[in-house]
Amino acid sequence: MTNPLLEIEDLRVTFPGKGFRAKPHEVLHGASLTIDQGEVLGLVGESGSGKTTIGRAVLGLVKPSGGTIRFRGEDITHASSARRRQLAREIQVVFQDPYSSLNPALTIGDILSEPLIIQGYTKNDARQRVKTLLDHVGLPKDAAERIPKEFSGGQRQRVAIARALAPSPKLIVCDEPVSALDLSTQALVLKLLVDIQRETGAAYLFISHDLGVVRHISHRVTVISKGDLVETGPAAQVTSEPEHPYTQRLLLAAPVADPLMQEKRRAERKRLIEAQRQQDEQAGAVA
Amino acid sequence: MSNLLSEATLIEEEKPTAPRRSAFRRIISDPQAVITGAILIIVSLLGPLAPLIAGHGPNDASLDAVNAPVGTPGYPLGGDQSGRDVLSRLLYSINTALESGLIGAGVAIVIGMTAGLIGGYFGARIRAIIEQVFNLIMTFPGLLLLIVLMPLTRGDHRTTMLIFGVMLSPGIYRIVRNVTIGVRNELYVDAALVSGVSTIRILGRHVMPVVIGPVIIQAAFLMGGAINVQSGLAFLGVGSAEIPSFGAMIASGFQNLYVEPFQFAWPALLLGVFTACLVLLGNALRDALEGARPKPTKVGKMLRAADAAAAGVQTEATCLLEVRNLKLAYPSPTGELNEVLSGVSFTLSEGETLGLVGESGSGKTQTAFSVLGLLPGEAVVTGGSIFFDGRDLLSLSENELRKIRGRDIAYVPQEPMSNLDPSATVGAQLVEGIRASTGAAKSEAKQRALELLERVGIPDPKRTFGQYAHEISGGMAQRVLIAGAVASRPRILIADEPTTALDVTIQAEILDLLRDLQEEMGMAIILVTHNFGVVADICSKLAVMKTGEVVEAGDVVEVFQSPQHEYTTMLLNSILDESDVRTDPPVNVTEQSNEVSR
Repeated sequence: MTNPLLEIEDLRVTFPGKGFRAKPHEVLHGASLTIDQGEVLGLVGESGSGKTTIGRAVLGLVKPSGGTIRFRGEDITHASSARRRQLAREIQVVFQDPYSSLNPALTIGDILSEPLIIQGYTKNDARQRVKTLLDHVGLPKDAAERIPKEFSGGQRQRVAIARALAPSPKLIVCDEPVSALDLSTQALVLKLLVDIQRETGAAYLFISHDLGVVRHISHRVTVISKGDLVETGPAAQVTSEPEHPYTQRLLLAAPVADPLMQEKRRAERKRLIEAQRQQDEQAGAVA
Repeated sequence: MSNLLSEATLIEEEKPTAPRRSAFRRIISDPQAVITGAILIIVSLLGPLAPLIAGHGPNDASLDAVNAPVGTPGYPLGGDQSGRDVLSRLLYSINTALESGLIGAGVAIVIGMTAGLIGGYFGARIRAIIEQVFNLIMTFPGLLLLIVLMPLTRGDHRTTMLIFGVMLSPGIYRIVRNVTIGVRNELYVDAALVSGVSTIRILGRHVMPVVIGPVIIQAAFLMGGAINVQSGLAFLGVGSAEIPSFGAMIASGFQNLYVEPFQFAWPALLLGVFTACLVLLGNALRDALEGARPKPTKVGKMLRAADAAAAGVQTEATCLLEVRNLKLAYPSPTGELNEVLSGVSFTLSEGETLGLVGESGSGKTQTAFSVLGLLPGEAVVTGGSIFFDGRDLLSLSENELRKIRGRDIAYVPQEPMSNLDPSATVGAQLVEGIRASTGAAKSEAKQRALELLERVGIPDPKRTFGQYAHEISGGMAQRVLIAGAVASRPRILIADEPTTALDVTIQAEILDLLRDLQEEMGMAIILVTHNFGVVADICSKLAVMKTGEVVEAGDVVEVFQSPQHEYTTMLLNSILDESDVRTDPPVNVTEQSNEVSR
C-alpha cells in the first residue's frame, strides 16, 4: 500500500482557442494530487477553475498537454484506446446532469447492462447483476424495464451511480453529482454515495463547487482556483480553518442557513476582503 | 448528516408515468400518413404488376391506335402519337419513377449518412476535409451536369440517378452531421466511452437511433425530388426514348395537346399524386417522429372564477402587496385543469424582503410570475387575488399592467446571460428599458444608465456600456440586469433565483448589492430561491412552499429557530452545515472487499 491509487503530477491541459488562429489557452497550469485506495478526495473550485477538466483528464476524455497521470503506478496519461477500454473496469464516472447522462431511448436495464456486456458478462448474468445494482442504489426492481423519462432527477442520479458501480471500479470520478438536485434529494444521494464508499472501498475524486457537500463526503480536500491547486489538506481543516486567502474568501462567501450566524459571517467576510485588499496594496507598494 | 433524516420519511416522489407510445403506433394513427402511405403502396404495386394489367407492351406500336381517344377497345386510356397504349406506358412509367426515386434517395442516404456520422463524431480535422468535399459537390449545377454527362450515362435513368444521388447527398450529410455532433456532446456518450464501449458500438447504439428519424423523413422528400428530376430530364428529351417515363409521356402529350388533351393529363396527374403523397408522407413522418408542435390552446385572456373578484373587494391599505388564496392551473392535453398553485397567500410591506423558498415544482416561480403578470397565455387563474397598492392586478388590462410592470414592479431573472439580447450592446438595452419605464429623452437615459452601471459596482461603466453580452461575465451580466431593474426606482423587485447560476463569491457580492440598493431606495424584494443560506443572508420574512401551497410563513429568525411545519423541519435538516464533517478514516481496502456483493 505504498503506492497511491491515483497520482497526478504537474498536469497541464490546453484547449485550442476559439476562432481562426486564436491563441490556445491553458486551463490547468500544472496540477498535482494523489488519491489513496479507499479515500475520498474533494476537489473544490468555482466555475472555470478547471476542476472538471482534471476529472475528464483522468477519465481520458481530454488529452493533457503535459504532466503525467498514474493509476496504480501505471502511466495512463496517453493510454491507447484499447487500454482505456480495459481501464473502464477500474475507473468510472458519475456526471452532474442526470438528464443528459442517461440515453433517453434506452431502458434502465439496457443502460446498466451495456458496460457489463462489454466486460464479457452473458445476458443472463448481466440481468442478475443489474437487479443487485438497482437494489443497491435503492431503486425498485421493475426499474429495469422503464426508461429514464419515467424517473425523477434523484432517481436518475441513482441509476447513474449504479452504472458506475457495475464493473466494481477502484476509482469513481464524481463530477458535481448532487448539484443539479433538490435539497432533500441531494441529502439522500450524498448519503448513498457515502454508504457505497464505505461498503465497496472505492476511492472517489469528488468534484464540487459546494464546500458544504465536499466537507460532508471527503477525507481530504483540494482547492482549485483559475487552473492552480491552491490548498490541500484534511477535510475538517481546509473547510473550516483554511490557510490560503482564496479558500478563506470561498468559505466566508458561502452563506450559512441561520440568519444570526450569517450576519456575523457577512461581517467577517467584509473584514477579510478589506484585510486582503490592504495586504495586496502593501505587497504592490513593496514591489 | 442529521439523523432525523430517515429514508422512510423521505422517499423521493416518483414521477407520474405517461403512457409510452411507439413511433410506429403514432404513425399508423395519423390519417395523413395512412392515406398517403396507402396511395403510394397501391401505385407502387401497379408498376411491377403492369405486364398482368396492361394489354400491350410499353413500346408496342399499332397504326390503328395513333392518337386513339379514351375508351377505344383495348386502349382504355387511348393511344399516343406513335400508336402505343397510354395505360401500358403509364404503368411501366411507375417502375421507372420508383427506380429513380429509390436509387437517387438511396445513394444520397448511404453517402450522406456515412460521411455525416464520421464527420460528426470524429475530430475537427476530419470534419473539415469532409466538409470541403461536400461544399465542392454543392457547387455543381445539378440538372445541367446531368445533361452534360449524358454521353457517359447514355441516358439511362439508373446511372443518371446514381450521379444525382451524389448531388443530393450534402443535404443528408448536413442533417446527420449536426445530429451526430449534438449526440456526441451528450454526457451519456461520455459515460459509454468511460464504460469502455467501442466507437462502432457507440455509433450503432447511441447515435444511429437519433439520426435515423430525420433521415427517414428526408428520404421521403428526396425520393420525390429524384422522381421530379428524372421526369424533368425525360421531358427535355435527355434519356432513352425506349424507356417509358412520366416525363417522356408528358412531352409527347404536350405535342398533341390540341388533338388529344388527355394524353398530357394522365402522366401529369399520376406524377403529381405520386410526389404530393411523398411530400405529405414526409410531413406526417416528421410530426410522428419529431413530435408536432403542440397546438396552442385558445384561452387567450386569463380566465378566472367570478367569485374571486367579489370576495376580495375590501383590501387593507397597510400592505404594499397582498396575494390572497391564489389558485393557478394549466390545461392538460386532455382538457382538464392541472392545478399548480392551490391557494397561495402572503403579504409584503414596504421595504421588506420576502424569501419564497421551495424545491423544484413547488410553484414558487409561478407565484412570482403571477405577481408580475407574466404568465403564459394558457395559464388559468382559478381563484384568488393579487392586491398591489389597493388594486387587484388580476383585474387589470394588459395595458394597465404594462404601466406597473417594469415601473413599480421590476424583475431580475435567474439566467443573466440568456436575458440579455446578444445582438445589442448592454448600453442600448439599458437605455431602451429606461426610456420605456420613465419616458426620459435619449441623452438623459444614457446618463442615467451610466450612473446605474457605476452604482451596481461595474468597474468601468463606459466600457461595459458599449459591450455585448458575450463579452462580460455572468456576475457582471447580473449586475447589468439589476441596474436595469432598479432604473425606475421600483417599489417591488422580484428576483427569481438571482444567484443560482453564479459562483458563491459572486453570489455574496450580488446579495450585498441587493441589500445596499434596498436600503437606498426603500424597495421591497421578493426573492425566489431554493437556497436557505441565501434566505438567511438577505430575507426578513420567508414563505416555504410545497406543491403549490405555502406550508409555513413568518419571520426569518423565528422560522429558522423553531420551524412549525414538518416539511420545513425536513428541509432545514437536509442542509449540510459546518458540523457535517466526514470523520471516519479512508476505507482499508483489501483486494477482496472491493466488490459490490454479487
